[in-house]
Amino acid sequence: MNSSGPSALAPAHRAIELIGSDLTEKSLRLHLEGLSGVDAVGLEQRAASLGTRSIKTTSKAWALDTIIRLIDLTTLEGADTPGKVRSLVAKALTPDPQDASTPRVAAVCVYGDMVPSAVEALGSAHGDPDAGGISVAAVATAFPSGRASLAVKLADTADAVAAGADEIDMVIDRGAFLAGNYGLVFDQIVAVKEACRRDDGSYAHLKVILETGELNTYDNVRKASWLSILAGGDFIKTSTGKVSPAATLPVTLLMLEVVRDWHRLTGERIGVKPAGGIRASKDAIKYLVTVAETVGEEWLVPHLFRFGASSLLNDVLLQRQKLSTGRYSGPDYVTVD
Amino acid sequence: MSFLDYAPAPESTSILHLKKSYGLFIDGQFVKGHGSPFLTISPSTEERIAEIANANAKDVDTAVAAARRAYDRTWSKLSGADRGKYLFRIARLVQERARELAVAESLDNGKPIKESRDVDVPLVAAWFFYYAGWADKLDYAGLGPNPRALGVAAQVIPWNFPLLMLAWKIAPALAAGNTVVLKPAETTPLTALLFAEILQQADLPAGVVNIITGAGDTGEALVNHPDVNKVAFTGSTAVGRAIAKSVAGTGKKVTLELGGKAANIVFDDAPIDQAVEGIVNGIFFNQGHVCCAGSRLLVQESIHDEVIDRLKTRMSTLRLGDPLDKNTDIGAINSKEQLERIRELSDIGEAEGAERWSAPCEIPAKGFWFAPTIFTNVSTSSRIAREEIFGPVLSVLTFRTPAEAIAKANNTPYGLSAGIWSDKGSKILAVADQLRAGVIWANTFNRFDPASPFGGYKESGYGREGGRHGLAAYLEGGSW
Repeated sequence: MNSSGPSALAPAHRAIELIGSDLTEKSLRLHLEGLSGVDAVGLEQRAASLGTRSIKTTSKAWALDTIIRLIDLTTLEGADTPGKVRSLVAKALTPDPQDASTPRVAAVCVYGDMVPSAVEALGSAHGDPDAGGISVAAVATAFPSGRASLAVKLADTADAVAAGADEIDMVIDRGAFLAGNYGLVFDQIVAVKEACRRDDGSYAHLKVILETGELNTYDNVRKASWLSILAGGDFIKTSTGKVSPAATLPVTLLMLEVVRDWHRLTGERIGVKPAGGIRASKDAIKYLVTVAETVGEEWLVPHLFRFGASSLLNDVLLQRQKLSTGRYSGPDYVTVD
Repeated sequence: MSFLDYAPAPESTSILHLKKSYGLFIDGQFVKGHGSPFLTISPSTEERIAEIANANAKDVDTAVAAARRAYDRTWSKLSGADRGKYLFRIARLVQERARELAVAESLDNGKPIKESRDVDVPLVAAWFFYYAGWADKLDYAGLGPNPRALGVAAQVIPWNFPLLMLAWKIAPALAAGNTVVLKPAETTPLTALLFAEILQQADLPAGVVNIITGAGDTGEALVNHPDVNKVAFTGSTAVGRAIAKSVAGTGKKVTLELGGKAANIVFDDAPIDQAVEGIVNGIFFNQGHVCCAGSRLLVQESIHDEVIDRLKTRMSTLRLGDPLDKNTDIGAINSKEQLERIRELSDIGEAEGAERWSAPCEIPAKGFWFAPTIFTNVSTSSRIAREEIFGPVLSVLTFRTPAEAIAKANNTPYGLSAGIWSDKGSKILAVADQLRAGVIWANTFNRFDPASPFGGYKESGYGREGGRHGLAAYLEGGSW
């Protein structure tokens, strides 16, 4: 059933470095199957124990600001309009109009056809979040299901990049992955990465969405993470937010462990983006702790860690207000975008 | 500022309402002891917590007499269902006062609050709930119909899990219908005395549980008292051996839960991140003051370097310090004596040629502390590979085949616990089958449940605690 013949895969340089120049479906499979297994009980236990860290006072203040800086403020609805996107961008620029010290988010994340609206609304603020700007991220490749031909996926990607998207959030072909066609998944990521190439030779950042809720097992998540990195992903991302469960702490911990192992092996740093289902500051702080204690705090920067979220921002703003005033306000004291 | 220098998050001690001094709890009352009182201190600050009464032989006599009276007149006359009601009540009170008990335990013992809060105290409640359920079902304990209680149980417990060990001892004893005289360890009497207050709150009939404090001589007088029917001891193998000798021929039933030098076996097909976590949990949980600690790491030679590398990285994130801080992973060593023993054995390990590595953590100026430490290049004949250190010190050995792993794991006078790490279920079962240890954990370590019997082979003691087996240790068969 699986094409384990000698058909060569796309020559992604990371994979060639690690697996060898005769990159085939078979050599890729052998490599992925050689990865260490994951014990689900132990992984969940470790995640739960990281979740018990008690982050107070100055640490909490820093954590809340850092969460805001790492948010990809997202709207991915069929009902999205240019007006809605403008309002999202306004929120990204000025999360809390009452408190000028509030940092900006890292990026806004929209569907491909909304990229021009986002770029326009951002104006001069459009730029690299590590340099104080706000990026535009676009979901592409027939998001969220990914059920389209490769040509359509590539056109979707190239279109968003041409419109000014700085980051592409692609989905992997989960069907192919679950059927064991790792080579197909790999080749598609390589092709999408190539479609991220701009005329000047630079690339839009590629976030590879694994949709861990559909991969179902932690072993699959580890394999898919590793595969996505080998194929050239700059980021590995948990979920589309359209499938339940979306991001969970154990899944994110596991992906961080993969990224840590990749760094140990190659010295290269890959980003991680949990997305979907993270709504409370308290939960987001658990993710920061998990990042800091797994890969180190140097990962808590926009080009290495993001939260894909929409309602999280308002909860963080409420917590920020509580920290500065000592009182809880309420949902009427943060803006609905 | 560094995020990882988490701001202090101390658990408040304001919930504690400690007395300046505590008496002995005999016949439902706190009474004066006739020995000279001693102090219990906090091992993390060396500050005094309270003055504790010292029971001499006369006090032991009074306590045993009270337990005998309570057995004859009250406890043995109650139905199992009524005994169960008291146990349920105690379990609920432990839950209600959980935070207070956790703070007291961390203060007196030095263990991190996250452990006393998330492990010790919840397990204490679980133990009472579990055995409360057994109290009216003794016919199903496996001893035939109408099993009988033994009478008065003398129980001596250690300092590593003060309240939990108390629960392991008292819950099955009471469920089975015995009365109890219990002696907590000299350095950690505090939670046992708070537990005595809980017994008063629960209206447990006077004399059913008596708690007497003191040192080794008090314990000796207790286990040698002619009117006790059962001796249950958890502690060192040396003391356990002495107890076994002294009760030989007396007709007292004995349960001994002694030392260990558990092998934690990591195969090359192990889930590596979870195995590293399990190694850390196995030896650094409770500062390694755990009789079933995975103190001998047996790692397959092919992955030795990688495992050690990952282990060191992980150990570098362990946070040593104030036991009451909610983010502390490694607390204080319980006593100066224990710290000296750990230091002495570690120095011997180094002198014998093993390579020592300690996690880089700041050691507080006051109190008793020992940084998490591993020894590599340890030979099987080295003392740190043979003797129980009872501290945060791991000895790493290697093996090449499952047969070698089994042989090395079993090559110890102890046999309390063992761990196996492999993604291959059939291998786990095959290896577990040949390990001579009372508890074997697969892809986990240091997990406890009241329904699961716990106990050792060889010099790790005899008898089982927990589960139906733990209940049977406090019963004798009725007539069929």
